[in-house]
Amino acid sequence: MEVTLKVFRFNPEKDKKPRFQEYRVTVDRYTRVLEALLWVKENVDPSLSFRYSCRMAMCGSCAMLINGKPRLACKTIIGNLKTSVIELRPLPKFNVVRDLVVEMSDFFENHRSVKPYLIREDVEEQENPTNFYLQTPEELQKYVRFAYCIMCGLCSASCPIFKSGGKYLGPQAIAQAYRYILDSRDEGLDARREILNSEEGVWHCHFAGECSEACPKGVEPAEAIQRLRRLLL
Amino acid sequence: MDVITHDVLILGTGLAGLRAAIEALRVGKDISVGIISKVHLMRSHSVAPEGGAAAVLYEGKGDSFEQHAYDTIKGSDFLADQDVVERYVKIFPEEILQLEHWGCPWSRNEDGTIAFRLFGAHEVPRTVFAEDRTGFFLMRTLYDTLLKFDNFERYDEYIGLSLIIENNRFGGLLAMDKNSGEYVVFVAKSIVIATGGLGRLWEFTTNAYTTTGDGFAIALRAGIPLKDMEFVQWLPTCMVPYGIPATEALRGHGAILLNSRGERFMKRYAPSKMELAARDIVSRAMMIEIKEGRGLKGPGGMDCLMLDARPVGEERLLTIYNTFVENARELLGIDPLEELVPVRPAAHYAMGGIDVDIDLKSSIPGIFAAGEVACPGFDGANRLGSNSLPLCLATGRVAGKNAAIFATKRSMPEISQDTVNREVKRYENLLKVDGSESLYTLKKKLNRVMEEYVGIFRNREGLIRALEEIRQIKRLYCKDMRIEDTSKVFNTEFVNAIELGFMLDVAEVIALSALKREESRGAHYRTDFPKRDDERWLKHTIVQRKDGELAVFYRPVRITKWNPEDRRY
Repeated sequence: MEVTLKVFRFNPEKDKKPRFQEYRVTVDRYTRVLEALLWVKENVDPSLSFRYSCRMAMCGSCAMLINGKPRLACKTIIGNLKTSVIELRPLPKFNVVRDLVVEMSDFFENHRSVKPYLIREDVEEQENPTNFYLQTPEELQKYVRFAYCIMCGLCSASCPIFKSGGKYLGPQAIAQAYRYILDSRDEGLDARREILNSEEGVWHCHFAGECSEACPKGVEPAEAIQRLRRLLL
Repeated sequence: MDVITHDVLILGTGLAGLRAAIEALRVGKDISVGIISKVHLMRSHSVAPEGGAAAVLYEGKGDSFEQHAYDTIKGSDFLADQDVVERYVKIFPEEILQLEHWGCPWSRNEDGTIAFRLFGAHEVPRTVFAEDRTGFFLMRTLYDTLLKFDNFERYDEYIGLSLIIENNRFGGLLAMDKNSGEYVVFVAKSIVIATGGLGRLWEFTTNAYTTTGDGFAIALRAGIPLKDMEFVQWLPTCMVPYGIPATEALRGHGAILLNSRGERFMKRYAPSKMELAARDIVSRAMMIEIKEGRGLKGPGGMDCLMLDARPVGEERLLTIYNTFVENARELLGIDPLEELVPVRPAAHYAMGGIDVDIDLKSSIPGIFAAGEVACPGFDGANRLGSNSLPLCLATGRVAGKNAAIFATKRSMPEISQDTVNREVKRYENLLKVDGSESLYTLKKKLNRVMEEYVGIFRNREGLIRALEEIRQIKRLYCKDMRIEDTSKVFNTEFVNAIELGFMLDVAEVIALSALKREESRGAHYRTDFPKRDDERWLKHTIVQRKDGELAVFYRPVRITKWNPEDRRY
């Protein structure tokens, strides 16, 4: 089967404004968007830039807008898109570095600002362990789904409120705060209260629910935000 | 050109690199650490391992350090340095506990203790796990824990290019910022190289596109020896056509392998352990089945065998194996609860690496290595499944600590601009060749040579051919390659060209080491020398580049307790 990739191109050294470029690609039932992009890069246009690494939906590199929806290129089988023209754009809400590559350092900073690590009183034990912190399977099940986050940015890119570098922390960071707060080993709710309660935090969300739909790992950030609000009240 | 100074550099941010960074930061609040990764810090390929981490958590209760060491040494086909194995298996449980204290969501027993499962070639179940995303959860735990610290700078998407050595000591690292395309010189007192593996030398691999052997080549070019590079592991059960693993843990929970006749063929190769024999043995058995016509045509026309995961049971498949189920359903359109999954062995892991001692020191003071790129002599000729995650953690910790302590004992090095300029020129020249060959064509040629001649089965004729062809591709790379993209910002064609240079240097060392070793041991199988030969070959291969030429020499294996014996599963 032949399809057309219609790809957003922008090279800050050469282009005044973005343009679209089309490439014809032969695909089969197993071809994913990532493999089609790589075929173009290796055979037609080596200047096409995009991020990719693990190609198994674990590293979070290849997030982009595929036919208008935020998706991972390595998790999107072309045949399943049911269109013969596939439009590829960089993630919205982020600044474009080049072509499909966006700038993510503010996004990582948001994640850091919610103190995404176990916070406990027994610092000496935590840093020089002598015995296990027990955790039952039930306690584990409470949070583990929220720990699936691969930091790809699809949720935040789909959020109508979020803007990289803007005030709102976004669904990714808030869901990760919730992941640690829910962990039976964590005692850090109060340490995170201020940032989550602030202007940047949970009260900014309008419950569009787009984030949960966009998440490729089933994390459900919208649910995390809603439950966090109740917890913070 | 920017010059950036730190006490300690960490190159690579998989499990070993992140663990090393944290340990270096723990040594002292006044130690400044620079963390360099060619991807975003949390996106290294350590996110991929599914199965788990082997560790003796409850010494004396049905398991012992002695047993773990023996299983590892037998698995290594007796090429492991036994003092190294004995020391590191004792660190493994400490790391499992430490990562638990930092938040790793280990899968648990009803009483809240950490659960474990059976893995190939381990005599008892000792593999702890976090569903089937163990590597991913460990990565996120380390990345998140790192964010607690202040005294580090992160350099996301900087590719390491050349080690700078002054007066036979570490002086710094030349790197390139992928986002700006600018060269940067890092000056530091010590470095931990933790750049991971080299799976992309082959066409069919479990490894990420970014796993291109960078650290091996950077060390080799700096005159640091590489050890045991002929030993590369093929992971038996990888989904066709993608190469994404179906974790070995499935086989620990009952999954079986079938050929085109529906026969459980492993009974003919490893009658006692069957599908849970060591990885080299299962991978060879699968390839023999395919060669002798008992394989099947899988997706994309690729020869394969079938993995029957149904004996694992629906409950486990849908909980602790949900990644496997999701991959099979979404990508292959196959439901492993009902159907068989097409699999074949894929290039997976380098047992060899930068020659380091038990303390992870290389031959150059100030240069340490950890994780897959390092070879302290733990894995020998074949690594046991689930030994790599704990080894990455343990070597990361030891190397990070030793690098930080080393840094406290020396002053900041001074490096000569001439050395830096010479190295920059080496890379800039790639852009100026103006030849006709696409780097991607050259890379495909290399992949084909490695698959055909430096794969699971090897022989003298093929390896000689491989060496010739690799050297021919190297000549084309230097004299007739064409890089079309001349932009600086995020020029991935240039980055791919740099990576191909690394891959070619590493491929040459692997083929040469494999040609010289005239025996079969662990993952290195010579059809012309099908037996292990302890009299001649119970020794490590060391390859060093001297004046542009590769010199090969050997070093005895260190044996503490276990004399080599016949290896049966």
